[in-house]
Amino acid sequence: MTKHWRFVLYPLGLLPALWLLKQGIDGQLGADPVNVFERELGLWAFRFLVLCLCVAPLYAKTGLNFLRYRRLLGLLAFFYASFHLVAYMGLDAGFNLSILLKDMTHRPFTILGMTAFTALLPLALTSNRWAMRWLKRGWKRLHLLVFPAALCAMVHFYLSFKTLNDMSAFYGALMLCCIVVRVPKWMKGIRKTIPYGRAI
Amino acid sequence: ADTLKTHPGPYSAALTPTPRDDVQNYNNFYEFGMDKGDPAARSGGYHPFPWTLEISGLVQKPQQIDVADLLRSADLEERLYRMRCVEAWSMVIPWNGLALHKLLERVEPLPQARYVAFESIVRPSEMPGQRDDFSGITWPYREGLRLDEALHPLTFLAVGAYGESLPNANGAPLRLVVPWKYGFKGIKAIRRIRLVAEPPPTTWNQLAPQEYGFYANVNPEVDHPRWSQAQERVIGSHSLFGEKRQPTLMFNGYSEQVSSLYQGMDLREDY
Repeated sequence: MTKHWRFVLYPLGLLPALWLLKQGIDGQLGADPVNVFERELGLWAFRFLVLCLCVAPLYAKTGLNFLRYRRLLGLLAFFYASFHLVAYMGLDAGFNLSILLKDMTHRPFTILGMTAFTALLPLALTSNRWAMRWLKRGWKRLHLLVFPAALCAMVHFYLSFKTLNDMSAFYGALMLCCIVVRVPKWMKGIRKTIPYGRAI
Repeated sequence: ADTLKTHPGPYSAALTPTPRDDVQNYNNFYEFGMDKGDPAARSGGYHPFPWTLEISGLVQKPQQIDVADLLRSADLEERLYRMRCVEAWSMVIPWNGLALHKLLERVEPLPQARYVAFESIVRPSEMPGQRDDFSGITWPYREGLRLDEALHPLTFLAVGAYGESLPNANGAPLRLVVPWKYGFKGIKAIRRIRLVAEPPPTTWNQLAPQEYGFYANVNPEVDHPRWSQAQERVIGSHSLFGEKRQPTLMFNGYSEQVSSLYQGMDLREDY
């Protein structure tokens, strides 16, 4: 790919959102368009988040190098999460403050979704060279937030269905894999930081 | 679908019916799959007739009713009812059929009978959702009402909609319609009705008791654990920015008729 791939891939990644918007405006999202729109945006956010988390283990295990696209995938996940959030607040809840407030304080389902979004926010804001230089080693530590975000998003996604089904099972399992493959490396890291021979 | 001879019944509010296409293509009927398009898309191989409805249990005169006879019956009514799904969307549907109490009076319930248990058909050869399904539902689908709820004149047994016999997707050949309760109480493709003494087990209540109560009365003040029930999306506009949203009414707008059934009950407790 040329060095201008960004100018192709960002619009490409945003295409599903535009397509959904077009279908919604044309009345092609079925009987309950708001619901479909909101759910599809959430699903795309989840897909990009899964892809983003696949990059490192894929490189480690197979040598396939997509590391240069990781920021793109993460940002797309964040963009779709934002669209999803706006669709929920505006189109679904109709900006009804009492409903939104109760959702955010009383319902684990919504709280998990909001937590995932809130965890992704600082990652999106620091996804530039300037922030990397500024945060130095802290940048890497900050970006570990992607894992709690992914876990919250996974449970939120699972809870969005009334029962277990092929979609929630498939994407849930995929996300779980992305997290579980990292556990051995994390364990090693923890062992390294514990001084040898001392009881804990 | 066959055209039905019906006459206007009571309780039809001044409402605009939802486009028939939406009613027939957007619904939950897990026997055919979990997606709301599945009932219409995957019910082509389902052939309900001939169909015998069994009414038995604590009754004087148990009966086997040929549903084809019901469809030809002279006193089929049309009732335009609100329908509120627990998922926070709503429709307005012109049902054709008869009040359930008319059938229940025929079998003469015994004094011990306090509840009515409903059971759907199990026919995995014609119902793909009963074959490849890991929702956790154990078939048949079951529902139940208290006897006084079942005898209430609003409680309706639909054999048709929009003046025609029920499409497969909507629960052919006959289904329950309880307009003041969430839609999942409206059990479809009913095979058996039994009068019983104890509250019968009901499908969604068994699956997730903290989310779906036995009563399942529409109530804007008692939320679903995952979403508010204060308002509802009105199906039919097909427009992303024009989809109507309206406040949900207590007992789905049928308070005047049914609130006396629940006097003295804590509806937060018995949701």
